[in-house]
Amino acid sequence: MKQNTLAELNAERAARRAVIVVTDVVTGDQRLIKAASIANDPLHEELDRHLRMGKSGMIESDGKKLFLNVYAPTARLVIIGAVHISQALAPLAQSLDYDVYVIDPRTAFASPERFPDVPLFADWPDVALPPLNIDRYTAFVALTHDPKIDDPALLHALERDCFYIGALGSRKTHAKRVDRLKAQGASDDSLARIHAPIGLNIGAVSPSEIAVAIMAEITARLRLPADAPLKTKSAA
Amino acid sequence: MLNRDEDILKAAETWTKSGHGVAIATVVETWGSAPRPAGSSLVINDDGTFLGSVSGGCVEGAVVTEALDVIASGKPKMLEFGVADETAWNVGLSCGGTIRVFVEKVGNS
Repeated sequence: MKQNTLAELNAERAARRAVIVVTDVVTGDQRLIKAASIANDPLHEELDRHLRMGKSGMIESDGKKLFLNVYAPTARLVIIGAVHISQALAPLAQSLDYDVYVIDPRTAFASPERFPDVPLFADWPDVALPPLNIDRYTAFVALTHDPKIDDPALLHALERDCFYIGALGSRKTHAKRVDRLKAQGASDDSLARIHAPIGLNIGAVSPSEIAVAIMAEITARLRLPADAPLKTKSAA
Repeated sequence: MLNRDEDILKAAETWTKSGHGVAIATVVETWGSAPRPAGSSLVINDDGTFLGSVSGGCVEGAVVTEALDVIASGKPKMLEFGVADETAWNVGLSCGGTIRVFVEKVGNS
């Protein structure tokens, strides 16, 4: 590996941008492909698939044996609302290797006793969110049921292009939310990105089951192509 | 995804900048129950210091020896390790899998 390739690789990773290094394992020839350049690459199908799956591996192309080494940022989950579902969701996401953050300005909810081992911010989203620098590799869920807390947080998540954005609430609740967010300038296209009701329809009842439904939907959005249809939604 | 190897490649960069010869060994293929997935890497410098893991400890010693050769020659090498078996391999994987490890030098050209 060239010294400047290594430096570039480290710089991209520090900035939480995905990179794939393609190595010809016979000649040692190598090139670094940034996530933004994948679409125009001759190998784009293979590169896209490996990046979505977060999987490194060998491929054959034009008789060459190529190793695709995928460096994707660690996925993060930001949870707005230190509520009952969050208590089940946070450890579940951590077990799936997500870096998890919980934000709730209500100190009675955001207590370390209720959330051991989870970074917890007892602040309003407009204070807590900007320093987290959330990005494309962040899943974002708003679970408070309180528009004062959820709405500004959702606008921030849309702006940062999180790969998954979900909000708790029935269809009716969500329709009202869409009206409010539209009044604040959000476009129809961006609002269509919010998954609400949240989670895959697996008949979830308890907070833990709803957490599973949410993580299942997040996993699908992380791993499946962007246009792959998901199954019908639950009414959580 | 979910790769926590950032520090290893950072160390490789730091070693290179301070004038060390450095090699990177990367698992490129696995069969059977391999201990570390494709993409796992080990970085080695010319005084034998290494960081990371390609097998969870089974073959690191052999990889480091080969890496010192690669640092000296500048030529990349492909290594293969299978089940520990005196006739086939000097060192092996007790878990029964097979792994292929690509070793390359970090260099200017």
